[in-house]
Amino acid sequence: MFERMTGGLRGIGHTAIDGVWRIGYASRFFLLTLFKSGISFRRFGLTIKEIYFSGVLSLIIIVVSGLFVGMVLGLQGYETLQKYGSEQALGVMVALTLTRELGPVVSALLFASRAGSAITAEIGLMKATEQITAMEMMAIDPISRVVAPRFWAGVISMPLLAAMFSAVGVFGGYLVGVVMIGVDEGAFWSQMQAAVDFRQDILNGIIKSVVFGVAVTAIALFEGYDAPPTAEGVSHATTRTVVTSSLAVLALDLVLTAFMFRG
Amino acid sequence: MSKDNLVEINNVSFGYNKRPVLKGINMAIPRGRVVAIMGGSGCGKTTLLRLIGGQIKPQQGEVRVAGQVVHELDREELYKMRRRMGMLFQFGALFTDMSVFDNVAFQMREHTDLPEAVIRDLVLLKLHAVGLRGARDLMPSELSGGMARRVALARAVALDPMLIMYDEPFAGLDPISLGVIGNLIRRLNDALGVTSIVVTHDVHESLQIVDYVYFVSEGVIVAHGTPEEMRQSAKPFVHQFVHGEMDGPVPFHYAGEDYGADLGLGHV
Repeated sequence: MFERMTGGLRGIGHTAIDGVWRIGYASRFFLLTLFKSGISFRRFGLTIKEIYFSGVLSLIIIVVSGLFVGMVLGLQGYETLQKYGSEQALGVMVALTLTRELGPVVSALLFASRAGSAITAEIGLMKATEQITAMEMMAIDPISRVVAPRFWAGVISMPLLAAMFSAVGVFGGYLVGVVMIGVDEGAFWSQMQAAVDFRQDILNGIIKSVVFGVAVTAIALFEGYDAPPTAEGVSHATTRTVVTSSLAVLALDLVLTAFMFRG
Repeated sequence: MSKDNLVEINNVSFGYNKRPVLKGINMAIPRGRVVAIMGGSGCGKTTLLRLIGGQIKPQQGEVRVAGQVVHELDREELYKMRRRMGMLFQFGALFTDMSVFDNVAFQMREHTDLPEAVIRDLVLLKLHAVGLRGARDLMPSELSGGMARRVALARAVALDPMLIMYDEPFAGLDPISLGVIGNLIRRLNDALGVTSIVVTHDVHESLQIVDYVYFVSEGVIVAHGTPEEMRQSAKPFVHQFVHGEMDGPVPFHYAGEDYGADLGLGHV
């Protein structure tokens, strides 16, 4: 009886210590990445190459999703707004929803599953096939050569993708609202221009997407670097990247929104 | 420390967690020679290479490379030393996102300021030495196992190292590729004047090309000598290993209960 109780306690203790240890390890990894970022800017070509892989190749999914989300917003928004006779505010509604919330959040979630999982799998497999060790044995630091360029590529790509998402989304709302349903075009654009504030709405959206970019890329890189070098290990790490970074994006969004749009 | 030895391993012990892997190993690798470290799978051979490369620290004893104690070097000194070491990994460990050419050029581009034209000539030189000058534009995924190993070899000698370490260079190769790699190891060693350490369990190929052999079993050196001495050796472990016999000091059966007792027949 006593044995079982202490066993359970010990289990809890172990889990807690492991968890704290892992957070510490992840933080150290993150700081090391920042610290060793020199090469990502001195040889910007390395970062550009990674921007192509995580940013440019994510464009299609971002643009298509943005278009659909914008169109749905147009339909739903019109339904609700016309009940109050203010369907001309459709443009405002679509633009604000996208720049403040959906643009940064949805594109970050898509980025996590499209680019984040790819980063984790790539680094995990580089580790499993001893490419990371080989680099270390060649006296080349894999954190500055492999990890840091991917990190900065993610941080740079994320706000651009979010902006693209919002822009295409607004166009989707326009297609449905103005072209299909027939909301007045002048009102749609002019009200949007009048109501959307650069600092309050657009800048805050950009800040959000930069924060999400840091979170998603850092999680993806850490999971890949920390993955056990086996097929199973890499697959678990890829799943964890998508789950953890999606949750992180949603949680960070709540915190950021609370600070940015309070009153 | 003798000046003639490039690598000296003095009384080194190492274990993962509480499981000891190496128990008081002593070894000397003379300059300019090809030395093989042989033993069964999981006997700690690869751990020895990791100790020499400074990836892990010995729990006891020291590894000296060119007179320097590896585990006492700081990071910068260690990296400086590694630039003079080449390592061939078990399955090549080529960078899968780069072509054959870029793989071989990698260290030159990272560590030197050589103009691209010079790098091109050097890379072609190295690739020619392993017979793959024509394969420079292929990606690693397009190479056969033997070709990948040869590219990795060209990459390992890219910066003209003083020491080349081979981790199971023969694993999983067909007989022709195996002969090619074996010959290359010998030829590169003699042509470049380097020192080579070959970790392997392939007896027949390696006894033909090496100058000296260490046999490792269960964390200790059980025998060492020239290939000829090893072939003649009467030591049971060496005899079993060299001749590939099924039972001997390394038992066929994993330790367990008496067979008869296990079947419920009493002692047979």
